[in-house]
Amino acid sequence: MDQTVAASGAPGSLADPGASGSGPAREPGRAARLTVPGALRWLRRVAGIVPFGVYVTLGLVIPMIAVAIGAFQKPNGGFTMDNIKTATHGVYLHGFEQSIVLAVITAILPGIFGLLIAYAIFTAKRGNVLRQISITASGVFANFGGVPLAFLFIATIGSSGLVTQWLTDLGFNPYDHGFNLYDLGGVAIVYMYFQIPLMVLVILPALEGLRPAWREAAENLGARTWQYWRHVGGPVLLPSFLGCVLLLFGSALAAYATAEALTSGAIPLTSIQIGSFLNGNVIPGQENVGKALGLGLVVIIAVAMVFYVLLQRRAAKWLQ
Amino acid sequence: MTTNTAPDAATGGETRRTAQTQGTSLVLRNLSRAFGATRALDGLSIDIASGELVALLGPSGCGKTTALRIVAGFESADTGSVLVDGKDISRVPAAKRDMGMVFQSYSLFPNMNALDNVGFGLRMRKLGSAQRRKRAGELLDMVGLAPQAKQFPHQLSGGQQQRVALARALAIEPRVLLLDEPLSALDAKVRLQLREQIRTLQQRLGTTTMFVTHDQEEALSMADRVGVMRRGNLEQIAAPDELYDHPATAFVAEFVGIMNRIPAELAGSGMVTCVSCTVPVRGDSVSDLGGDGAVDVLVRPEGLTMEVAQNGNGIVTTRTFLGSVTRVGVLLSGDVTVQIDKPSAETAALAPGTSVSVTLPMDPVLVAPRS
Amino acid sequence: MAAVADTKAVESPQRTARPGRAKSFPVWRWVILLVAAVYFLIPLWSALRFAGIKALGSVVSQAGFTDALWLSVRLAIVTTVITIALMLPTAVYVHLRLPKVRRLLEGITILPIVIPPVVLSVGVLQVAPGFLKSTPYVLALMYVILAMPFAYRAIDAGLRALDLKTVVEASNSLGAGWITTLFRVVLPNLTTALLSATVLTVALVLGEFTMASLFLYQTFPVWIVVFDQTSGQISVAASLLALFVTWLFLMAITVIGTRRGRRTGRGQVTLFTVARQETRGSE
Repeated sequence: MDQTVAASGAPGSLADPGASGSGPAREPGRAARLTVPGALRWLRRVAGIVPFGVYVTLGLVIPMIAVAIGAFQKPNGGFTMDNIKTATHGVYLHGFEQSIVLAVITAILPGIFGLLIAYAIFTAKRGNVLRQISITASGVFANFGGVPLAFLFIATIGSSGLVTQWLTDLGFNPYDHGFNLYDLGGVAIVYMYFQIPLMVLVILPALEGLRPAWREAAENLGARTWQYWRHVGGPVLLPSFLGCVLLLFGSALAAYATAEALTSGAIPLTSIQIGSFLNGNVIPGQENVGKALGLGLVVIIAVAMVFYVLLQRRAAKWLQ
Repeated sequence: MTTNTAPDAATGGETRRTAQTQGTSLVLRNLSRAFGATRALDGLSIDIASGELVALLGPSGCGKTTALRIVAGFESADTGSVLVDGKDISRVPAAKRDMGMVFQSYSLFPNMNALDNVGFGLRMRKLGSAQRRKRAGELLDMVGLAPQAKQFPHQLSGGQQQRVALARALAIEPRVLLLDEPLSALDAKVRLQLREQIRTLQQRLGTTTMFVTHDQEEALSMADRVGVMRRGNLEQIAAPDELYDHPATAFVAEFVGIMNRIPAELAGSGMVTCVSCTVPVRGDSVSDLGGDGAVDVLVRPEGLTMEVAQNGNGIVTTRTFLGSVTRVGVLLSGDVTVQIDKPSAETAALAPGTSVSVTLPMDPVLVAPRS
Repeated sequence: MAAVADTKAVESPQRTARPGRAKSFPVWRWVILLVAAVYFLIPLWSALRFAGIKALGSVVSQAGFTDALWLSVRLAIVTTVITIALMLPTAVYVHLRLPKVRRLLEGITILPIVIPPVVLSVGVLQVAPGFLKSTPYVLALMYVILAMPFAYRAIDAGLRALDLKTVVEASNSLGAGWITTLFRVVLPNLTTALLSATVLTVALVLGEFTMASLFLYQTFPVWIVVFDQTSGQISVAASLLALFVTWLFLMAITVIGTRRGRRTGRGQVTLFTVARQETRGSE
């Protein structure tokens, strides 16, 4: 408990006056009655989550508000729509398009593969060792981030990578045929390396929710395997599957490290472009365009996440 | 002891079996199945006649569920075969066996409403959708759930779900109906209602049925015959009253109903001495009696007589009111406790501590090796 | 509720070959797994070949390796401590006192997934005071935000499996105070969940590149990228090493967790546990 206080002590000095410790003062309308005992009682009740609330506010909400506001600000103060305009045209619009295309591809394909892999592993009746290894492996690959992965793939299918050399020895150099690790297609292949394990992890609960009794009941009533999947298994899994694909979509859109490590920022992807603003490659007058880009990215992902949550709710109802 | 209640409220849309389907016989012949080192089934053989409801009763691990799943086609036996109407179906896949199965719980397809669930089997049999809906509606009516036709499983209670599951299994007019502890997951009151409903439906439709349960009351009240299983094989299969009055083994005797075990001594020429009474040994008593004459007499609570007596051979320890009958616990000499049932009206004088005299009437008694 | 638990146990005895199909070998299963194995193992193997064993060895002696690794480890420790210290009491409190807030909490913990670290970096770099930005531990503070969703879900799942309310009430009725209850009853039953949370947090920190590079700190992942660009071999070797070490670490924690779990009957450590609520209605 002491550490909680310490944690909220340090960020307590972050920006915004009035942010620290004045919870109830900020939301007077929340108390049931504006009487002192009523407010005190309410205070006592929510006291337990105040540390958390403060931390999230300081670490997440405030920076995001800064970004959101900054997106509409001129470099020297004053408000403008110019940033938004710049962010939705030209090279930045191209960035959004590329990002979305990449995210869609690396959401759907790993979605399908991940589902198949998860199903192959986790519906095997025996093979607990395999299961354990797979879960751990998925955890490692999904969370590890793009940097080591990028390098692994450079070593594999980079211009002087091992597999590239094999294929060249066999007479077929992919780079002569338009393949390039350092463009969108190559990045997509690398993305799969952590998107597939992520899918395996998130689709697991849904798979475990498929009761064997359904399969057996369907069989007993005369259904063949494909019929079971068409009428029962598929429909039941669909909301979860779609939800997980959306999660992957958000994850791909937000990804930065892989592309950055691979290409040092050369590809037009929104996240990379935002990063370049922080690196100081800024055209004067456009300092806040990065924030506009950030806002746009967040909005897109937020929409996807809303649908994700809705789909999960629906899935939960059926998988009870 | 089979339940023959008046038809329940849902009589609309009765379905009679068509002339062709005269009921099916089901034969399990010498089924054996081992899971690793455990023998789940050990040469199980049962003959179920057409239209009969046979219950498989036993403690968990006795193999009853395995037997049912082998009949359904979800497991295969190591040896032995399953015959339906004389034909060996051991190699027929589960989907083609034409048996309706009701699972223990949560077997309804969550993405379909009750009507579609019930109609699923018909859909697999390529029935047109209008026909399907009509038939499914009739069946839901039969189980009293017509108003719930459009509801989804998660909106139904446990008992309602099982009724839909029953309707779903019956919709395909199966040759055999299989029930895998369908009432175990339900509340007591619901269980009783469903018991009657299942039995009534089964009798009306004349479907050959195999019913697995660990609840002896359920088995005794519903079945035409009950097979008591233990460690992979049948101990006895007989009508409920036969099972109760003439248990073939000590296990059956004690599994079905309550049985008192009183140490006794064989007294030669077919007699046994117990609580100072010498009574005849029953002809169908458990075999393999110990050579030294030390045995246990097995007798039901209603089979002992008891009277208040000074210096009797027992002392009343407990009194449990069960309704019309009161169960009295009596401590006999030798640290043996017996339960004796008496009509409640007669037990007023039997407060704990009362000295009583417990005797055996002159009827033949069951005798088993001393445990 | 016991009936529900038993249901699952009884429902699915071992299923082997079905009749009509001679010992069906799940071919498709192996095909998929083979393809997956190939896809995931080839890059590892080529990386190994590319870098060479010598490079693996020499990674450790490279300039900045130790500092960068040590920084990442320190950040990992600090982040884990803060994350658990923050999320555990909050989760417990919400479970006990504010059940209605649970939905909201789940929603909030999804936020870090929605907000890309890139964008968050932009915001933080703008509003954070100078003294904070000048210490690498600002990264630890931010990593807590990033780790929040996973840590919370793991702890929440553990709490749900525990039926917290009942256990706490039982403990209180037997005379135990809050502190005792927390440390002797709740925590021991949460070791698996806490282990999950720790594992996820550590994996996240050890691999986090975006914020570290934008904040201009040389954590291990950053070092791998910016270190000697001329020798790709060293970078590849370092990547392999990082992957391998993390995997070892996660495996070790998982195995330990599972072993303890088996002793207490709590089951395996899953890295992304989501408990399902089973409710049953009855007439």
